[in-house]
Amino acid sequence: MSQYYSELSGKVTAALAQVEAVEAVVAHGELTIEVSKEKLIQICQILRDNQDLAFDTVIDVCGVDYSTYGQAGGKTAKTSKDCKARYASVYHLLSVKNNHRIRVRTWLDDDFPMVDSVVPLWSGANWFERESFDLVGILYSGHPDLRRILTDYGFIGHPLRKDFPVVGQVEMRYDANKQRVIYEPVTLEERVNIPRIIRDDNRYAERMQKKQSSDQKEESA
Amino acid sequence: MSEIQNYTLNFGPQHPAAHGVLRLILELDGEVIQRADPHVGLLHRGTEKLAESRIYNQSIGYMDRLDYVSMMCNEHAYCMAIEKLLEIEVPERAQYIRVMFDEITRILNHLMWLGTHALDVGAMTMFLYCFREREDLMDAYEAVSGARMHASYYRPGGVYRDLPDSMPQYEASQWHSQSEVDEQNTNRQGSLLDFLKDFTDRFEGYVDEYETLLTNNRIWKQRTVDIGCVSAEEAKDLGFTGPMLRGSGVAWDLRKMEPYEVYDKLDFDIPVGTNGDCYDRYLVRIEEMRQSNRIIIQCIDWLNNNQGPVMHDDHKITMPDRVDMKNDMEGLIHHFKHFTEGYGVPEGEAYSPVEHPKGEFGTYIVSDGANKPYRLKIRAPGFAHLAAINFMTEGHMLADVVTVIGTMDIVFGEIDR
Repeated sequence: MSQYYSELSGKVTAALAQVEAVEAVVAHGELTIEVSKEKLIQICQILRDNQDLAFDTVIDVCGVDYSTYGQAGGKTAKTSKDCKARYASVYHLLSVKNNHRIRVRTWLDDDFPMVDSVVPLWSGANWFERESFDLVGILYSGHPDLRRILTDYGFIGHPLRKDFPVVGQVEMRYDANKQRVIYEPVTLEERVNIPRIIRDDNRYAERMQKKQSSDQKEESA
Repeated sequence: MSEIQNYTLNFGPQHPAAHGVLRLILELDGEVIQRADPHVGLLHRGTEKLAESRIYNQSIGYMDRLDYVSMMCNEHAYCMAIEKLLEIEVPERAQYIRVMFDEITRILNHLMWLGTHALDVGAMTMFLYCFREREDLMDAYEAVSGARMHASYYRPGGVYRDLPDSMPQYEASQWHSQSEVDEQNTNRQGSLLDFLKDFTDRFEGYVDEYETLLTNNRIWKQRTVDIGCVSAEEAKDLGFTGPMLRGSGVAWDLRKMEPYEVYDKLDFDIPVGTNGDCYDRYLVRIEEMRQSNRIIIQCIDWLNNNQGPVMHDDHKITMPDRVDMKNDMEGLIHHFKHFTEGYGVPEGEAYSPVEHPKGEFGTYIVSDGANKPYRLKIRAPGFAHLAAINFMTEGHMLADVVTVIGTMDIVFGEIDR
């Protein structure tokens, strides 16, 4: 599996070379490329139309907020990943024709995360982008109908951002005097039963080191 | 003459044919649908957010509650993603148990779908027939996990425990006499595998019964043939997977294309449709039930002849044996750590899909090395399917909306998450 994806990563970087030199990583039998947000549409167009690649289906679009990545127990652990920005939009593409997959990640600005919509290329991305907008607050320019989808009518905030509390901001109840449902500031207190911990784990040290050295090699090359 | 305007109709969220809490805003020209705008999210529970604040094993129970008619398949995708990041192998016996329960789940799901879909279209009897068989399969769930629906039976590294040697029995009471109960208990004398064997022997006949009621039924055909047609190209563009894609004539099944667990060792076929209408998708799912039955029979044979562990033996990740916990110091430490801190998953990201009864169900986990996922994204097949409802119903009659919702096999637990 990994063998196949190493070959595929060569094909992908070759096909995209004219647009952008992309970084391709194969891990756990999956191929990931990181592209700049300005070139995303051009790159997706090639990924879809190149007959060797032919990614004809969009499986998933999701937003990730990397703002607390590697933070646990009050201190920041050493992690190998360098987050280039706060937000990322991650696309999982599938080729039904050639039976392979790819993950495309594009990093977005911290204060105004906006990227071009891929709905003109795959109409299946429509709701996934709406969901990413709703939950993470990434704007997809050119999306035909960018409304909230999963949260309540009139909801404020983006729940999957790391600065949004798990208990939420408001709670609702039926007020017998006013004869309607009212919203109030939340009275629950956030409770952590098991803290978030990152341990230096010797069992994975070798694997992580291998990854780091290969990263360094790529950088020096 | 005054200007004629389109009529806007609100459908749901409390409507029996909405399969849960779907709110549809329909724009009608007479009785013809001009536009359908689904409003989802009425069952949003924030599973992805909750999982970020819980250790890995605590979220398995949430997975059951996503698609609450195919519980174990959801767990499967979640456990496989964690196993991928941990780079561990699941023991072979556990793989067979997982495959067997995936297929049991597929039959459970398709029976639920068939019963409710037929009920929506007007065939009451189907509902009763399907729920009769679901009962046996839920008993199998109960025997193995103690819960009829929300099993949380799969764990990263294997399954919680081996298959039981005996089945629970019905007991006599003031409402059920001893002779009545004895008759109900006749196929429960042996182990769970014997009970399932008896079920698989009967099930083929049951599917024939369903087919006599529907396949050549004039009303059923009038309601489903040429309704909600999707071509193969359109289906791929819309992100369809599973029976929705196969109904349009694309032979795509993850069990064959990217075999996980032991699917490559089993013998089964992938049914495909030709027209991509509701009737073809019905035929595809009916045939899938027969194929699942075949897989279960093969799994029962293997499991009867092969013993072995059902859980990975690295107790840094999996729960130690109860006896070890009581007698062995290290076992006690493992047990304590497992439940107070959980296990750290090495830094990285993984997406693992399974062929869920509804389509491709995948979980995407981003881990920064902590004992909780940094980000968990659940890719639900129903979400992509429901997004296409406007495309599928446009130009159809109002009554066909119900047929299209039925054929999509919508369950709100997974769509709203």
